[in-house]
Amino acid sequence: MSVAAPLAEVEHLRQWFSIGRLLGARHTVRAVDDVSLSIARGEVLGLVGESGSGKSTLGRAVLRVTEPSGGRIVFDGQDVTRFSRRQLRPLRARMQMIFQDPFASLNPRMTVGQIIAAPLRIQRPGLKRAEVTERVADALRTVGLAESHAERYPHEFSGGQRQRIGIARAFIMEPAFLVADEPVSALDVSIQAQVINLLMEIKQKLDLTILFISHDLAVVGRLCDRIAVMYLGRIVEIADTRTLFCAPRHPYTEALFSAVPQTDPARRRERILLKGDLPSPLAPPSGCAFRTRCRYALPACAEAVPPLIDVGGGHWKACIRDDLTLRSAV
Amino acid sequence: MGPSDLILDVRNLSVDFATHGGMLRAVHDVSFTVAPGETLALVGESGSGKSVTSLALMRLTPRPPRARLAGQARFRTHAGEELDLLAIPEPAMRALRGNAIAMVFQEPMTSLNPVTRVGEQVAEAVLAHRAVGRREALQRAEALFERVGIPDARRRLAAFPHQLSGGMRQRVMIAMALSCDPAVLIADEPTTALDVTVQAQILELLKALQRDTGMAIVFITHNLGVVAEIADRVMVMYAGRIVERGAVASVMRAPLMPYTQGLLRAVPNLAIADRFEPLASIPGTVPNPTALPPGCSFEPRCPYSVPGLCDTCVPPLEQAVAGHDVRCVRWKAVAECRT
Repeated sequence: MSVAAPLAEVEHLRQWFSIGRLLGARHTVRAVDDVSLSIARGEVLGLVGESGSGKSTLGRAVLRVTEPSGGRIVFDGQDVTRFSRRQLRPLRARMQMIFQDPFASLNPRMTVGQIIAAPLRIQRPGLKRAEVTERVADALRTVGLAESHAERYPHEFSGGQRQRIGIARAFIMEPAFLVADEPVSALDVSIQAQVINLLMEIKQKLDLTILFISHDLAVVGRLCDRIAVMYLGRIVEIADTRTLFCAPRHPYTEALFSAVPQTDPARRRERILLKGDLPSPLAPPSGCAFRTRCRYALPACAEAVPPLIDVGGGHWKACIRDDLTLRSAV
Repeated sequence: MGPSDLILDVRNLSVDFATHGGMLRAVHDVSFTVAPGETLALVGESGSGKSVTSLALMRLTPRPPRARLAGQARFRTHAGEELDLLAIPEPAMRALRGNAIAMVFQEPMTSLNPVTRVGEQVAEAVLAHRAVGRREALQRAEALFERVGIPDARRRLAAFPHQLSGGMRQRVMIAMALSCDPAVLIADEPTTALDVTVQAQILELLKALQRDTGMAIVFITHNLGVVAEIADRVMVMYAGRIVERGAVASVMRAPLMPYTQGLLRAVPNLAIADRFEPLASIPGTVPNPTALPPGCSFEPRCPYSVPGLCDTCVPPLEQAVAGHDVRCVRWKAVAECRT
């Protein structure tokens, strides 16, 4: 999709989970189903969707944290789909992740210094103790904490500070690629802005490529170059941010935008209310998975899974209706 | 608004918790009123005291000596009688809870009993306050399920909480809260754990139910977008105090307190930028409740603070314009700076 060789790429990726025998039958959850995506060097790609859309699973699959059920994963030109742990290890130094919950993602029994140094100890076992201490101190300063914080434990910090610790841990290896899974969702608004700004500052400094997973369209709109929208395991629309916000082509994208509560009473408009809930991923509807909640659905929507089609300019959508004029976000 | 038009009149509410380091004040001298049919939003960040305020109204804070309540919370009953929620004996309070005053919490999974069918749980609420039989209570539960938009209501009565989605579980909670036609519904972050599209459904549902029943809603949230969506009036809390309050349109369009201004700027709107521009943030963090600053609690983070003026004593909540109050000694100067 982009001119330069992408840094990370997945093709027809499938991540299915078998969830044992429920009521006698074996059930498969297609958490990610036939997803193709490429992330250009230096790009910030947003991945949005609601709970159960498969966005976190996709993020983990891109990093080869999980073994995919099908498809291909390419990182920096290398097909890593079937790499062993040993083969993956040198690549791990170049890909990092930050997590949503700043309470669950830091080991409470390790000091902040030990937490931040953990990637270094694994990746650079020969490094002298003094060098490790120096790099930890550097990382702490970069994220706006003090050197002396290395001696403390996670519980001594607020949520925002803990998220900074998670960021320091991710950046100590100076990675090329970062998957940020809802990194600010658990934070208060005033702190959320601080953390986003920090993330983008470091991104500029390291010329980082980021896959930014979020359910918050407003946040994604502010910092992503391109956005992919997921629904029940599939990408339903992908476009550069401006195009997606100004001219969405998938009814789900339109509904998502419409559901975001706005602080400015002047922006309040008539809301598109989706019917019902996300269908069970154990028994997704036939054809287009969104059709059961879609106000534009036709009988034909139940027949086949709509393919992701190119509507021009790097804008792709998975909807058979071409006759729709959808509402923009702004 | 005369006092007889009010359903709830809270005066000088303070809440103290016993900690290892002595008594800690979580809510400082909070006063507000709620009229029937009105939605009042309490907004603030973690630790602002918004949830503790609502728990105190329901008398769900720990009993003394672990927590102490001070002040008054006058509630007007259906019969026109005035009761002080902070003073009435526990059996009288128990008769009100879930009956004339009901509550919906943030996390529907932890508020529902995981091993009891949801229909039973709603029926139980009816049986607790109404002289009806079990069959009638279940019929009422079914009617409530229909009213809160649970499809296939009769069958869903027999479901266990884990068999329902987050949105459906929150509808069950709302059905339970509505079971005895409350005059006041206290909703503590009822949509925070939900996806945006489901949040939109629940907000619409609450608005529709309010139109039908005329109940007052006290809506606790950290989300300013949700406030703009649902509330008539808003009360902004910071470090246990009300720092600004007024009609939603007035507070959202022309916030007077520097904290409210900072919060509104920090919320990303659905706007796009071709290049990333740093978001406005509020420097620093919320003060530790054990060591509140001597002056205005927001002073250490405030861009407009003046030494000797803002850091000496706690400013009073004063009326800036009719129906719009602010706790800032410099609000006039701040308003001039902004224009």
